[in-house]
Amino acid sequence: MTPLEKQPPSYMEEFMKGLWKENPVFVVLLGMCPTLAVTNSVINAVSMGLATTFVLIMSSMLISMLRRFIPGEVRIASFILVIATFVTVVDYAIQAISLDVYKALGAFIALIVVNCNILGRAEAFASKNSVWRSVLDAAGVGVGFTIACLALGSVREVLGAGSFLGIPLFGPHFEPWTIMLLPAGGFFVLGGWLLVFAWFKERKKVAA
Amino acid sequence: MNTSLQQIFINACLINNFVLALFLGICPFLGVSSKTDTAVRMGAATTFVMIVSSLCAYGIHLALEAIHAPYLHLISYIVVIASTVQFVEMFIKKTSPALFRALGIYLPLITTNCAVLAVALFQTSREYNLLQAAVFAFGSGAGFTLALLIMSGIRERLETADVNKVVKGAGLTLMIAGVLSLAFMGFAGMGK
Repeated sequence: MTPLEKQPPSYMEEFMKGLWKENPVFVVLLGMCPTLAVTNSVINAVSMGLATTFVLIMSSMLISMLRRFIPGEVRIASFILVIATFVTVVDYAIQAISLDVYKALGAFIALIVVNCNILGRAEAFASKNSVWRSVLDAAGVGVGFTIACLALGSVREVLGAGSFLGIPLFGPHFEPWTIMLLPAGGFFVLGGWLLVFAWFKERKKVAA
Repeated sequence: MNTSLQQIFINACLINNFVLALFLGICPFLGVSSKTDTAVRMGAATTFVMIVSSLCAYGIHLALEAIHAPYLHLISYIVVIASTVQFVEMFIKKTSPALFRALGIYLPLITTNCAVLAVALFQTSREYNLLQAAVFAFGSGAGFTLALLIMSGIRERLETADVNKVVKGAGLTLMIAGVLSLAFMGFAGMGK
């Protein structure tokens, strides 16, 4: 391991920072496309989150192992190749596990390749840190991403279809807000979440 | 589904607008849309990459079909896109250094624009022929540019507007995108 001048952050911190402080969707604003597109129901959102987490962890691990062998000039291309390989694996795995989810997610499984989070973590973290640290970092970002997907997916499914994981929540008189399932709803819900967070931050600042 | 060239263009550009209806290319949509000038340039560069990579993807698809290796689609597409972007970058640098400086960091970012990869993937799954694929890529690029242009116009106006401090920033941008998306739903009637 390379000697670090500063006290390195503990392993726990490495994992936790992806959950909240550097949450990929709510704070860093990366990887929005899959977040918005597939979160019209809870089950889709969770599958997307898990698939992305898997690709993140595996590619971070491999890239971190290979970081001394990949020449600087071709690093982006090499990273993309590693990521594309794992995405192909996930693509076929989901197809085998659940055809329904595969159909619902559609092209967005293949599009995990271009989720900026994964390339971003590879470039900014895995290519400079030890394997164990990179895996923890990737797991943190992955879980953070899944939480964000879940936050969007639950709001959209509860309001848009009146159910959670397919179980109806309200009585038969509930009029579903169809707009929440449409593309516009995705923008509104994510925008709403961001506004809530901005409001919290502002209130904290005033209190301090 | 009607597959006349005109229909494909209108479908890709307006009805199923990549940014506002299919959520593709949101990152540059939010990142580069603060000024009209850069928005148009980014749109043009992306459109060009889309067309070139769509034509390459068509060739690759035929080659992979011939050797029965569908699992190589994704990997080869992404390599083609990355090299096209690299090529465009070198070309612009050589012919117009001023434009190169203006585009700066945004050029390499086209590689991770999901809209470009999606064009290649969609044209494969919909089995377009060469001409249809080219029109589809052009339509998607035009739609992307249009969305960027509208957004940047609105955001330039917002700069001078008196907005509550809490609301300023990404949250507001997303809300506007939602309204735009609602407006674009009106085009759905042009489809069938």
